[in-house]
Amino acid sequence: MSRPRIAALVGNPNSGKSALFNALTGARQKIANYPGVTVERKAGRMVLPSGEPVELFDLPGSYSLDPASPDEEVTRRVVLGEFPGEAKPDLLVVVLDAANLEQHLVFAQELIALGRPVVVALNMVDLAERDGLVIDPDALAQSLGVPVIPTVAVRKRGLDALLEALADAPAAASRGRPPRALPLGERRMAARHMARAAVLSESSEHRLHARLDGVLLHPWLGPPILFALLFVIFQAVFAWATPFADAIDGGISALIDLVKATLPEGFVRDLLTEAVLTGVGSVVVFLPQIVILFAFILVMEQSGYMARAAFIMDRMMAGVGLSGRSFIPLLSSFACAIPGIMATRAIADPKDRLTTILIAPLMTCSARLPVYAVIIAAFIPATTVGGGIGLQGLVLFALYVAGIVGAMAAALVLRRTATKGGTSGFIMELPRYQWPPLRDLLIGLWQRAWVFLRRAGTIIFMATAILWVLLSFPRAAPGESQVDASIAGHIADGLHVIVQPIGFNREIALALVPAMAAREVAVSSLATTYAVDAEDEEAAAEGLIPQLRAGWSLPTALAFLAWFVFAPQCLSTIAVARRETNGWKWPIVMLLYLFGLAYLFAGLTYWIAVAAGL
Amino acid sequence: MSSSISLDLLPPRVPARIVAVRWDLLAPEEGKRLRTLGIDEGAEIAVVHRGIFAGRDPLAVVIGRMNVALRRAHARAMMVEPVVQPAAAPAAAPMMMGEA
Repeated sequence: MSRPRIAALVGNPNSGKSALFNALTGARQKIANYPGVTVERKAGRMVLPSGEPVELFDLPGSYSLDPASPDEEVTRRVVLGEFPGEAKPDLLVVVLDAANLEQHLVFAQELIALGRPVVVALNMVDLAERDGLVIDPDALAQSLGVPVIPTVAVRKRGLDALLEALADAPAAASRGRPPRALPLGERRMAARHMARAAVLSESSEHRLHARLDGVLLHPWLGPPILFALLFVIFQAVFAWATPFADAIDGGISALIDLVKATLPEGFVRDLLTEAVLTGVGSVVVFLPQIVILFAFILVMEQSGYMARAAFIMDRMMAGVGLSGRSFIPLLSSFACAIPGIMATRAIADPKDRLTTILIAPLMTCSARLPVYAVIIAAFIPATTVGGGIGLQGLVLFALYVAGIVGAMAAALVLRRTATKGGTSGFIMELPRYQWPPLRDLLIGLWQRAWVFLRRAGTIIFMATAILWVLLSFPRAAPGESQVDASIAGHIADGLHVIVQPIGFNREIALALVPAMAAREVAVSSLATTYAVDAEDEEAAAEGLIPQLRAGWSLPTALAFLAWFVFAPQCLSTIAVARRETNGWKWPIVMLLYLFGLAYLFAGLTYWIAVAAGL
Repeated sequence: MSSSISLDLLPPRVPARIVAVRWDLLAPEEGKRLRTLGIDEGAEIAVVHRGIFAGRDPLAVVIGRMNVALRRAHARAMMVEPVVQPAAAPAAAPMMMGEA
């Protein structure tokens, strides 16, 4: 049987391409990376009216086939069939924003001139009409020479017609003769004529857009609004997640009790309760916080506000030698440095991009949240300070700020040393505001939650299970502590010598090793260590927090927090940085400078806290 | 032309036409990016927002039906002439008056 035919969605950024992709493929999507580059490869299945399944690809948004950034390069090579290992698409779906035809038709003409079966999706016609713009799709089809189907991806309007046109496209393409490929200037002129010819009526209803920008980009109001929003996000991450986290926690405890009640005592039961459920469970508890953080980021992106945030931040970023472009990858890095580093490919300037990659791990990613949350819950009292602001939330905010300040300082130094170069520019389209479509938001959230759970089920599970085995063997003689006797205990003894000066105890030294795989493993490792070491079942059941309170001093806890602001403990991030920078040089620079900072600041925190008598 | 000024000196919400671009002042990649966004000689443009800090950098401009952010350094490379008669700019003029 031959492979299914392949269709590719191509278009300018902000043409609603991803929404159309979601509408056409539903949740049947596979997200991976193009080999060799970290450009997201989104594939899904759609079904033509004939019942024929077609593989649909969502290509990165581009302004032309003449690439200006790594992701545009991918679009070009996939469309032209030059990407190794990727089949040349049989059908092209060119997505246009109906309200921005003059601009989007420039790229569309370039794609149509390739002479491949093409269908144009005239997308977001509803938003164009809201803006007082009525377009005649037939006139546009006439001038482009290919079928034009009006669509509203977020409302699933026009999808059937689009699929029908796709089914007929190969026959239509073989009849017609593709237009000549024109240079940019002529395409722009033609685009202007075509756009004017296709506009049935136009009024100046731009008020909503202009009013919102009038406030959100206001020189005095814009920045405080952005900072207030960021503050609300970080408070919400802590406050809103609590009931859900408690519920998950309760569920895991119940599961542990169930396993204990049903399985006979022994290796399997201990592995299940001490490693699998305690270890993985201590990480899964943070799913609600991660989902809330990603929800805010996705809403900011889908509504169009993220580009405004980049605009507001540009001047500040310019101060450390970066641009507002870097703000988007850095904000994404608050969820996870991996998508953050991947998002840097939209930065055209190579030095800018490299600097952003090197500082991205300093943004407080969601994997740090479990670590911060557990230590804050154990050591920072749940009181409020002036105006009902929670002290725990405030400490969390301070940790985020510490990461940001560290990143800015690092950028400043890097731009004068390792990544020296001319000042970079900032050129960026500010998309129209849009109500974030609920379905696209939910699909995005589900994909990110799934990635997190898969990590918990694989990397974190493996690391925790291996640690548990190392902790459990050889068995301790009567009267001897299990941790002292174990293999892991001996490894920790060696490492402890290095981290003792900065106030770390042996349990921390032990947790740091498996936490190289992923930061949140530190929590599951501590949980597993204390569970193995617990005198009796009762102490183990009490959970991690009371044991931390009993075992750690406040300076140690604060130093541990400071360590995690800087420490690059995430194998996946290092792997992505290696792939993005084509070598080991920059990942090693990243490891050295971040571990150096982690050691220095954990030490300073500890020594100052001890001197202050905490 | 005597009435032309550089884009960074153009007052907000005044529609203007780009009459000349000093491409030599722009990095090649930036020039390319600006051209693909339609910011080129002959284009109608207006400044709609400016940043708050030193130099009121960056700028947000309207080009066609699109808003684009760019730096003052880019704006300095562009000479513009205010469009006096709204009739001369049927597509771009109405939207610029929306919030004037």
